[in-house]
Amino acid sequence: MAKVRAVAASGNLSTGFPEESLVRAVSDGVDFIGCDAGTADSGPHYLGSGKPRGPREGVKRNLRLILREAMRASVPVIVGSAGHAGGRPHLEWTLEIVRELASENGWHFKLASIDSEIEKCVLAKALQDGRITALDSTPILDEAAIFKAQRFVAMMGIEPVQRALVEGAQVVIAGRCSDVAIYAALAILKGIPPAIAFHAGKILECGAASVEQRKSPDSMAAELDDNGFTVWPPNPALRCTPQSVAAHTLYENADPLHLVESGGTLDTTEARYEAIGSHTVRVTGGRFHPATRYTVKIEGATLVGYRSIVIAGIRDSLVLQQLDCFLASLRSVVERKIYDSLRLQPGDYSLNFRVYGRNGTLGEMEPVRDIGHEVGLVIDVVASSQKIATDICPIVSHTGLHHPIPEYNGLISNFAYPFSPGGIDVGPVYQFCANHLWELDDPCGPFNMRIEEL
Amino acid sequence: MPELWELTKLIRSKNAGPFQLTFDIMFKDSDGFQRALKSGSFTAEKIARVYGIQPESVRLFHLDNVSTIKISIPRRLPSGDACDTDIYGGQFHSPLVRMQV
Repeated sequence: MAKVRAVAASGNLSTGFPEESLVRAVSDGVDFIGCDAGTADSGPHYLGSGKPRGPREGVKRNLRLILREAMRASVPVIVGSAGHAGGRPHLEWTLEIVRELASENGWHFKLASIDSEIEKCVLAKALQDGRITALDSTPILDEAAIFKAQRFVAMMGIEPVQRALVEGAQVVIAGRCSDVAIYAALAILKGIPPAIAFHAGKILECGAASVEQRKSPDSMAAELDDNGFTVWPPNPALRCTPQSVAAHTLYENADPLHLVESGGTLDTTEARYEAIGSHTVRVTGGRFHPATRYTVKIEGATLVGYRSIVIAGIRDSLVLQQLDCFLASLRSVVERKIYDSLRLQPGDYSLNFRVYGRNGTLGEMEPVRDIGHEVGLVIDVVASSQKIATDICPIVSHTGLHHPIPEYNGLISNFAYPFSPGGIDVGPVYQFCANHLWELDDPCGPFNMRIEEL
Repeated sequence: MPELWELTKLIRSKNAGPFQLTFDIMFKDSDGFQRALKSGSFTAEKIARVYGIQPESVRLFHLDNVSTIKISIPRRLPSGDACDTDIYGGQFHSPLVRMQV
């Protein structure tokens, strides 16, 4: 009977884990250490800009512990979605840390890196060939949109990771990768049925997120066999319950019972979760339905402009009671002033008044529109260059400061600015431009692998 | 009439990818779960009204084994859009917390 023990060092490589948890899990015996390093959850900035999410020192500390334990136990390490967005610069950034650690600690291993960044011409060709299909509520991806974008990645499934392991890599650093595939790849290679490997992967991918009460990011361990898997937190202060584990299959998943992965769908409709002792849960009964065509998800980000903001407080109830009219009238004055000084029409930039204390959090979806005794205003400007966004801010903030209301005669100052200067340059603004599936003949096709001996 | 939070141990929202939101409403026990289901508050029409969206776009799931109601809706603006207000989608559950059940 096949048996595979996996440990997830943490739910995200940059957030960390207690050293004791990983050490304990590895000393109990493991077949590999996995760690997810990325997500699209933090918005399009990382993918668009090519910048990793650090801090670098934190990622290096976490990778050092993972590699040290893997060297000690002579087991593979699999890191997916390197550098947060999994693009080429993110992968290179992570590889540089790995090489640095190997050299500093005198570690020698075979390192595989798997590139998931997709050239625009390759994607345009796939689009032409009818191999790209849109998922629900998705922006239009045509050739113009492809070439306008900053960067695309494809989310790899288990196969590219398996290829690296078969090549003998001890450390696999993958670009954009399904979180679940990080844990399912080796298990399936060792003969664990896909239903069990994918289900265990779904539970492990967020580290200790599936325990009853997670105090801080922590490790998670599982043992997979032919019939199911058991899962437990190596930190004895934490525990898994059938409900905490079952509940995690819902997390960040629009359909709680069907988890679509490259190559098939995990169906947990009939899954059973049973307590084994006080900390461990046994999971059985998941099913895997292989897909008729193999697809990978495409993510992309496009630059839409540059942002500057101003933060202000408004406390005067006479202003607050007419806030909508006040802001509308301010907008019309400001639009004229921006035209006078910068020759820009309202369509050339975006000016958004974000009103915290009314609907700053939920925007148009906010059912309650009452205002309390004060509001926080964020004047949000996005323009085609940073200079323009920076230049618009003082026009808006100074005009707003003294914009009149009918109840007062004479010059008033409506906005309380906490900072000097008031304007803050936020930098480039990106948006997600793809949420599509790409049909592949070869699951490894677009994912270039490089092997190096360290 | 109790408010929803009094019957639950967790009410949360989160992105399910950059273009969808998903809500997990986990009840303390199956009594509260059944009570909420029978209350009629958790229909596509009711949820759509709260968020000002079309009922057809609301997906509802009842998970008996974990006494959980799950709701998934499209995001009005994709995560990180220039006018988005909540990149992680973590606060969109708020209007449901004090709903009368």
